[in-house]
Amino acid sequence: MKYLSKVASLKLNAQKCVGCGMCLEVCPHNVLRMEGRKAVIADLDGCMECGACMTNCAFGAITVNKGVGCAAAIINSILYGGEPSCDCSGGKNGDSCC
Amino acid sequence: MPEIKLTIAPGTFKALEKPPYAAGTVQSATGKVWQVPAELTTADKFGIFRCRTSSFRDNYKVEPGLYAIGQPGGASDIIVTANYKYSFDVVRHALKGMSAWILVLDTKGINVWCAAGKGTFGTAELIKRMSLVHLEKLSERKTIILPQLGAVGVSAHEVRKATGFRVVYGPVHAKDLKAFISAGYKATKEMRTMEFTITNRMALVPMEVIPMLKKYPFFALIALLAFGLEPSGILFKSALGGGLPFLAFGLGSIFTGAALTPALLPFIPARSFAAKGWIMGVVGTGLLMSVFPHFNPILLGITLLFFPMASSYIALQFTGSTTFTGMSGVNKELKTSIPIYLVSVAVSVLLLIVYKIIEWRIL
Repeated sequence: MKYLSKVASLKLNAQKCVGCGMCLEVCPHNVLRMEGRKAVIADLDGCMECGACMTNCAFGAITVNKGVGCAAAIINSILYGGEPSCDCSGGKNGDSCC
Repeated sequence: MPEIKLTIAPGTFKALEKPPYAAGTVQSATGKVWQVPAELTTADKFGIFRCRTSSFRDNYKVEPGLYAIGQPGGASDIIVTANYKYSFDVVRHALKGMSAWILVLDTKGINVWCAAGKGTFGTAELIKRMSLVHLEKLSERKTIILPQLGAVGVSAHEVRKATGFRVVYGPVHAKDLKAFISAGYKATKEMRTMEFTITNRMALVPMEVIPMLKKYPFFALIALLAFGLEPSGILFKSALGGGLPFLAFGLGSIFTGAALTPALLPFIPARSFAAKGWIMGVVGTGLLMSVFPHFNPILLGITLLFFPMASSYIALQFTGSTTFTGMSGVNKELKTSIPIYLVSVAVSVLLLIVYKIIEWRIL
């Protein structure tokens, strides 16, 4: 299952990559693959911008605009300000999503 | 039940009474630790059902800290999880027949992936919890196993720098933990991939439909009032006569947006959720229209404009529950769809006013 094409903000800096393969390990959608001694982005449309690869790259080779892909969270952040987050219910009405 | 005095590491538990999910205690290098069974009771299973169907899940927690499964020792595996009881239950059940430690982080009762996104299943909490239970004294292994989805919030190299422990990312699903461990801490590609099967999607449907049904009475009230409003007052007969088809269409939109779109997700053309929901909304509204054949042209216009659009909006909410939609994509969808939604609602209201004016023969 793929979401919208060519919108994911994932970027990999080949110069900083040492080829440890950690990003391949943490990615839940097989977005990255090894090519020789470097990781490459093999499936950009598969990226859900969870940020696991960026958080676990000890060499700062990966950047991604990490965030929640949730319409309710983004609408709330537009209406009430702040970053989109899973706290849409604020614990008030019990309809929290996760 | 006799009270068990524990000599556990300070800060491990807030309460020293036996938690209901513990079976007894085991001795560790740092003191006594609560032992939990791998078998889930009927109450545990009923808890999982309630989590899938209601806001019960918002407060379903276990005490953060260290637990034992089987009779673990200094060389046993350490599995890290969240303090959402559903997560905890799934992990301990997956470890049936093993002896291992379970380190539960304080994620405020939220599951691993969502908590990792928020940062509560994160580097700081992990380091703090490891130190609180004196993991360095308990374990000779100096390795901890984290759920792969926890990687969103935990930086393995920072944990190693701070604690000396090596973080190994286990499989996405706890059910693969045993296979992962027996394969020498190696995960297959399948274990590393987050799928979104029909079963996964159907499990999410109740919590898409139920919150929408809670909002439905407001819509129903407005529809009945709009149709029942006559120059002589609010007439029950007009409210039902005109409003009934709209009440059905409203339910139809909830069904197509919150249940049918998630269920048929990969089979509906278009990648956009707004488009998928709209398509299903057109199909659903069209089918319902055959039940109410005699339709005023203005009401027909409102029906075709408003209800597929409502289905689209509801389907867009499902992006929050999927395992593959990213923020950039949802942002892009919202930029085009929100103006369309607003205009559709405005035009629908205008058309309804025109309909009422003609009905009342004011002009």
